[in-house]
Order: sequence, then structure tokens, then C-alpha cells
Amino acid sequence: MSREAVLVDADWVEAHLSDPNIVLVEVDEDVSAYDKGHIKGAVKLDWKQDLQDPVRRDFVDKAGFEKLLSSRGIGNDDTVILYGGNNNWFASYAYWYFKLYGHENIKLLDGGRKKWELDSRELVTDVPSRPATTYKAKDVDSSIRAFRDDAVAAIDKLNLIDVRSPDEYSGKLLAPAHLPQEQSQRGGHIPSAKNVPWSKAANDDGTFKSNDELRALYTEVGVDFGKDTIAYCRIGERSAHTWFVLHEILDQPNVKNYDGSWTEYGSLVGVPIKLGAEA
Amino acid sequence: MCGAVAGGLPAGIDPGKEAVIQGIVTRGGQPVVGYVRLLDGGGEFTAEVPTSATGEFRFFAAPGTWTVRALVPGGQADRTVSAEKGAVAEVEVSVA
Repeated sequence: MSREAVLVDADWVEAHLSDPNIVLVEVDEDVSAYDKGHIKGAVKLDWKQDLQDPVRRDFVDKAGFEKLLSSRGIGNDDTVILYGGNNNWFASYAYWYFKLYGHENIKLLDGGRKKWELDSRELVTDVPSRPATTYKAKDVDSSIRAFRDDAVAAIDKLNLIDVRSPDEYSGKLLAPAHLPQEQSQRGGHIPSAKNVPWSKAANDDGTFKSNDELRALYTEVGVDFGKDTIAYCRIGERSAHTWFVLHEILDQPNVKNYDGSWTEYGSLVGVPIKLGAEA
Repeated sequence: MCGAVAGGLPAGIDPGKEAVIQGIVTRGGQPVVGYVRLLDGGGEFTAEVPTSATGEFRFFAAPGTWTVRALVPGGQADRTVSAEKGAVAEVEVSVA
């Protein structure tokens, strides 16, 4: 992948609003944002209700994903353009998710909802009706997903990137202040993990920084691009944003998102944990 | 999501424990809708909220000096603000 292959800008989206093979999909942390106004023709995905298994801690299975996309009127050959609030945080998570199930044509709207609003572009409240499809997902692509054993095995060997805030990394906080639920038993970080908060990858307007600026964010703290990489955060959504930066924009091979992340790792019995600001 | 609410503090918040920064974004003296970013003393991004429909925002910060950056269609502006535990720092960010 490359920047041009995975990102579109707002002008491109406006020029393709009537294209029947392009589906705009809004995914927000604030799931009510879509209802207040969205880009014309966009459908909504709810990251929690639609994308998570209602019982187990996992994402929905293949049949569930097929059912979801079919009901939203998304076909296998459609180009999906994802966007959302907060620098495309949850849109990036959904992107990773579509890739896990092998969707071919998918891109992010650079800057997401915020840039669109700051540009004073049109938002509507009409909910589109798209005819149902028969979506066929592929088997999960495990090359972009890390599990707890992968994370433990990566200590001192691979790049581990902790993309949470410095206070979560050091162990002072277990979650961002506005998300008190879903906490681990212990604070801290995986030993040898470098701390690069995910939000550093975005400009003020929510667009991604330039490739050179992005690369520097990681090399400055000692990430070795010659090695494989595992990114993690608290529940795997902020790290999906970093996965997007590394794997999709910077075209780094073998980057995995550890979506169990700190809520899992920080509750495991017997694994090493490092406290404080040092890796 | 940390929404923004007009005036005072929401129920359930103990003002004695918080270092609150809140206020309004204006242009030409009128409230304007947009986004507000909170940057720490080193200029690093800490948090962002959309404003309310009437331009209000609120952060629960830590004691210290912060920069509040308002982003609205066609403009932005910064204000430096000092937060103290147990106090509410009120700030108006005026965008040209």
C-alpha cells in the first residue's frame, strides 16, 4: 500500500458522492455523531454494537461480518470510504477490521469528520437506503493481528509500540480520563515497548502528517523499521490507527495490531510489566 | 466522549478534585461551533472535544499551564490558560 492507495481527500469524496460503487461509511467513538449529520449517502457502523461479539471478547465472526455488510448494502466489489471523528480513530479500527476479513477496496477520508466540518462541507440527516447485498467475507487474515503470546514473545526482540498517552504508559492511569471502564488489573507497559501516542500521527485538522514526519515519530524513539512490529493500546482501537500509519501509509511489512492490548496484557498472570517513563 | 455543557459543572463531579478548564469559542463576539484542542506546557496534544452547539467546551486537566486551541471553519486561535486543582478556569477563545 501507499499513501495514495489508502487515503482520499474531501474533494475526491465530493466528486464521487453519486457513484453507486462507492460506499461512504461513518464510524465514530461518539455513536450519536452520525445522527446529528453525516456526509450525504453515508451509512453508519457502530463500533461496539456492530463490530464486537455480544458475549465473548472478540470481534464478530465471519458470518456476522457478512450479515452486517450485506444488511448495509455493501458489496464485495464496492469501494468503501471510511471516515469518523477524533482523527479517524474508530474509522481506522474499522479499516483494520475490513482488512481482516479481506475487503479489497477500502480507503480512509483523510481528516475524517473534523476536516469535513472545518471545511464547512455539507452534512445531511437523511439516512440512505441501500439494497441488501450477499457479502462474502474471506477467512480472517491473522498476519495483521497479534495475540498475547505474540506480545510476550516480542519483548526485547521485535518492535513493540505502545500508542497510549504517556500517563497510561507509565502506569499512572489505566484508561483515558473520559473512558473509565474496561480497565486492566495492573498499570504500566510491556517491557521494551516504545511510547508513541497515536495522536501524534495527525495534524490539528485530523489529516495524517507527511510520510517523513510520520517516519521520524517512530525512528526518534528507537523503532527499528528493519524489524517486525506489534502495536497496542488499551483495547486495540488507537493502535489500529497506528497500524494504519505503519502498514498502510508507510508500507511497512509485518505490522500487527494487538487488539487484546493493555486490558488483556495488564490482567495476565505472571507476565513482565515495566512501570515509569522508560521502555 | 467528553462533551461540553453550558456553565457550572455537571452533577457527580467533585469540583474540589478537578482542575477544570472551560469556556466558549467566539468570533466577532458571537459563539461559534468547532473543535477545541488542549495542548500541554510543551505544546503536546492532550485532548480534543467538539464544542456544544453554542460554542462551549470543558476539559478536566491537571494543575499547570495549558494552551487551548480552537479550530473553527476558516480559522483558529490559541489561548494560554492556567489550571489549578479545585478551581474552574474560564476562558473565551476569540477567533479572528
